[in-house]
Amino acid sequence: MSSALWVAKTGLDAQQTRISVISNNLANVNTSGYKQSRGVFQDLMYQNVRQVGGQSTQNTQLPTGLMLGSGVSLVATEKVFTQGNISQTGNPLDMAIQGRGFFQVQMPDGSVSYSRDGTFHLDSQGQVVTSSGYPLSPAITVPSGATSITIGSDGTVSAQLQGSASPTQIGTVQLADFVNPAGLEPRGENLYLESASSGAPQTGTPGLTGLGTISQGSVETSNVNVVEELVNMIEAQRAYEMNSKAISTIDQMLQYASNNL
Amino acid sequence: MDKMLYVAMSGANEYMQAQSALAHNLANASTTGYRSDVVSFKSLPLYGAGQPTRVYPLTVTPGVDTTPGTVQTTGRSLDVAVKGQGWIAVQAPDGSEAYTRAGDMRITETGQLVTGSGQPVMGNGGPIAIPQAESIAIGSDGTISIRPVGQTPQALAVIDRIKLVNPDASQMSKGTDGLMHMSDGTTAPADANVQVVSGALESSNVNPVDAMVSMLEMARQYEVQVKMMRTAQDNDASSAKLMQIK
Repeated sequence: MSSALWVAKTGLDAQQTRISVISNNLANVNTSGYKQSRGVFQDLMYQNVRQVGGQSTQNTQLPTGLMLGSGVSLVATEKVFTQGNISQTGNPLDMAIQGRGFFQVQMPDGSVSYSRDGTFHLDSQGQVVTSSGYPLSPAITVPSGATSITIGSDGTVSAQLQGSASPTQIGTVQLADFVNPAGLEPRGENLYLESASSGAPQTGTPGLTGLGTISQGSVETSNVNVVEELVNMIEAQRAYEMNSKAISTIDQMLQYASNNL
Repeated sequence: MDKMLYVAMSGANEYMQAQSALAHNLANASTTGYRSDVVSFKSLPLYGAGQPTRVYPLTVTPGVDTTPGTVQTTGRSLDVAVKGQGWIAVQAPDGSEAYTRAGDMRITETGQLVTGSGQPVMGNGGPIAIPQAESIAIGSDGTISIRPVGQTPQALAVIDRIKLVNPDASQMSKGTDGLMHMSDGTTAPADANVQVVSGALESSNVNPVDAMVSMLEMARQYEVQVKMMRTAQDNDASSAKLMQIK
């Protein structure tokens, strides 16, 4: 059958996946620490039907050949790690990273995940945990009876204990950084996993060795640009329509042939 | 038996192949930096005995359309779009140097600068490696400067310069990997006049309306060929009827 049908089908597939990526971005427009995804398209391999420069006779060559492409594929969905807006919440356990770096989160299976979402809470033991209940790593426990918590821009966490004149340091927040943050594997719950293409994590003190600083009482909002996503959606929809029109055109051609011969 | 049927059949066949090339262009209407394939036809006369009426069509893709696509700003520092004419040099999967307009670059875990589809980007002396940096900036001539980790903004370091070339379009052809190659197998010299814009991507230069119109035109041409095949069939049927012994 005609390869044109299958070529147009790859176009439909790719635009459909693109709409999925766009709708996921739009759905996460209010998710703190969310990073926009972007589909990366690539043209599929070409088929050399008539080699350019082939001999047309012993002494002459074909000046042009025929190369037929086989469509398009979505090769990757890439996370765009630009800084989101910092929004003030006033909650003492909310932290936003200004610059590079990720919070480290201890998973129940002992592994470490990474997150840009800085909405932290306390659990029943006074441990600092994420909204999903996973503890921050290295663990920080706020003693009971602490009247206020202060987190410095370098990650130093101190608590004002009852009956004490000066605050007590109860831990430090450490950040991890990667050579290729876009290569991290998103696993949901605002968490990322280290992957072969992200490189190994390099942990350090916020504000040093290229890591961002921590600002207490604020969270980093999603970096999704709603207008951009809507424009992308219009573009994807129209491209989808054109590819579907191509399929119906080729279908009509084949139908004409089968009806008239 | 008249050969009219075969001429019409090869015509229909070639139009179908042209549709395939047009569908490929349409499918890549949102592929970053894609250059649309030009589809054209040429005649291939094969005169034998009798009247010189056997001219077969031949679908050819003589090259790519080099019209620049629209530039969309993304704000990402590793996205570059080539201004006007010119190409970014990358390393093809077979190790040779190839050229692309897709400037959606990223850094791998080993610090290598690659395009969105994974081809290493070429610098002054081979593929570019970028050490870990707080921020990366790409200048309009392709110069990559970084602010090394833990350094002040004054301590910018120039790492390399993206190899930008601008050979004549007639010397280049698209390979089966979708990248442009020099037709004679050489590497193009770097051209200092090619400029890039950082924080932007060039969209595909496929004109969807143009592709749709060509597609409809091909569909009608195809129908004409099928009609001719039908006419050949009717002619044959009539002559068979004439010769029927009653």
